[in-house]
Amino acid sequence: MNVKNIKRINLPLTKEEVLSLHTCDMVLINGQIVTGRDRLHKFLFDEKPSLKKIPFNFEGTILYHCGPVIKKTAKGFELIAGGPTTSMRVEMYEHQIILEYGLRGIMGKGGMGKQTLNALKKNGCVYLHTIGGAAVYLAERVKKVVGVWKLEEFGMAEAMWVFDVEDFPAIVTMDAHGRSLHEEIERNSYNEFKKLMRSPS
Amino acid sequence: MFKLRDEIVKLYKKAATSLPSDVEAALKSAHAEERSNAKATLSAILENIRLARKTERPICQDTGVPVFFLKVPFGISHLELKSTIIEATRIATEKVPLRANAVDVLTDKNSGDNTGIGFPVIYPEETRRSKLIADLMLKGAGCENIGQLYRLPAEELKAERDLEGVRKCVLDAVYRAQGKGCPPYIIGVGIGASNDQVTRLAKEQLMRKLEDKNKHEVLSALEERLLGDINQLGIGPLGLGGKTTAIGVKIGVNHRHPASYFVDVSICCWASRRARLIYEDAR
Repeated sequence: MNVKNIKRINLPLTKEEVLSLHTCDMVLINGQIVTGRDRLHKFLFDEKPSLKKIPFNFEGTILYHCGPVIKKTAKGFELIAGGPTTSMRVEMYEHQIILEYGLRGIMGKGGMGKQTLNALKKNGCVYLHTIGGAAVYLAERVKKVVGVWKLEEFGMAEAMWVFDVEDFPAIVTMDAHGRSLHEEIERNSYNEFKKLMRSPS
Repeated sequence: MFKLRDEIVKLYKKAATSLPSDVEAALKSAHAEERSNAKATLSAILENIRLARKTERPICQDTGVPVFFLKVPFGISHLELKSTIIEATRIATEKVPLRANAVDVLTDKNSGDNTGIGFPVIYPEETRRSKLIADLMLKGAGCENIGQLYRLPAEELKAERDLEGVRKCVLDAVYRAQGKGCPPYIIGVGIGASNDQVTRLAKEQLMRKLEDKNKHEVLSALEERLLGDINQLGIGPLGLGGKTTAIGVKIGVNHRHPASYFVDVSICCWASRRARLIYEDAR
């Protein structure tokens, strides 16, 4: 794929801003994002806590699939490493969470499936793909660890962290118009795969 | 064993923060070959490798499951070695730091120090040499989750019990993995009689250096063929498309049962964190 445009975005995002983003756009994110992975997704899906019960503003923000390494220092929390985790593991929960909490972006790696793609279109949300394994590179874009929720209960990797980010890089790989780059790449690779699976006679 | 304990803590630090030079070199040459987005992705990866080494921080936040392959000189207690490793793991978790990844299956509680039942994974083997060799791999879960075990023949793949069947298994595993486990991948393959044995063998292949040539001519040829085939799939760095889906394929064989032909495909992400400690005064 070729990166089409580079756009700087500021959170919280509006629906109009989300609709202006297209698959293959590169974005540089600024503002507050929240993290969440397996346990947080299951919790939000099963318990459906109201927005009032969540100590941070969810609306218009980006939910980042990340289980960071964070060190507690005298000055507060310090992010040591914080790249994305595989998004597909939360496929069964995400559609409901997008709907329930008014998120405008989901960020992780590896892409997501049909249910999420439909939810993105229905609710005006995008999936952002960031660089798997680039934990230090990405941590440099996090200016501050603003807060944390469920740290005691879920532990460091599974808690919900709030990060203040500056020019955090990601690529739109699933947009609110129903297009998924992951689907396209998988389809192309399927054709090659079929050819390669033919045994030489 | 205190000295050894401290050496193992250092081994953890090296594995977590400094990518092996052969892997880095392969990513660099992939970077030179690729264009557009694949190139941009590899640039960020290379910059990350450099930053992690310089600031001594973990390359990836998922510091994985620690897996030790040990060559233990005759007369050294395996039990004692194991407890030394466990102690070193606790220290390293705090010092490096590593992310605490050991979760109790029954209570869902994280032990907080990367130790627990069967955690870290330790495979000791006795050797006639006088030096202790400890190979450590920090295996991230993203790539561990996409490994596949096959029992040949597999009709749906038209894979029979031969090396052509093995080739089909590997292609199937990588096709199914797509970009979910952080490509460019290194692929370890184990072939043999029982499923538990081939999964270990496949993982052990991931400890081989990329330039290491298979001693069996026919396997060496298959490794090369598969690397070319995989890179035809177009999955590319991080699954965003490109020519580099894998940078290495390594195959190991055991004898098999006449009725069994197991093939395990273990996939490693680009952040192939392996390191070796050679400990001279083990006795």
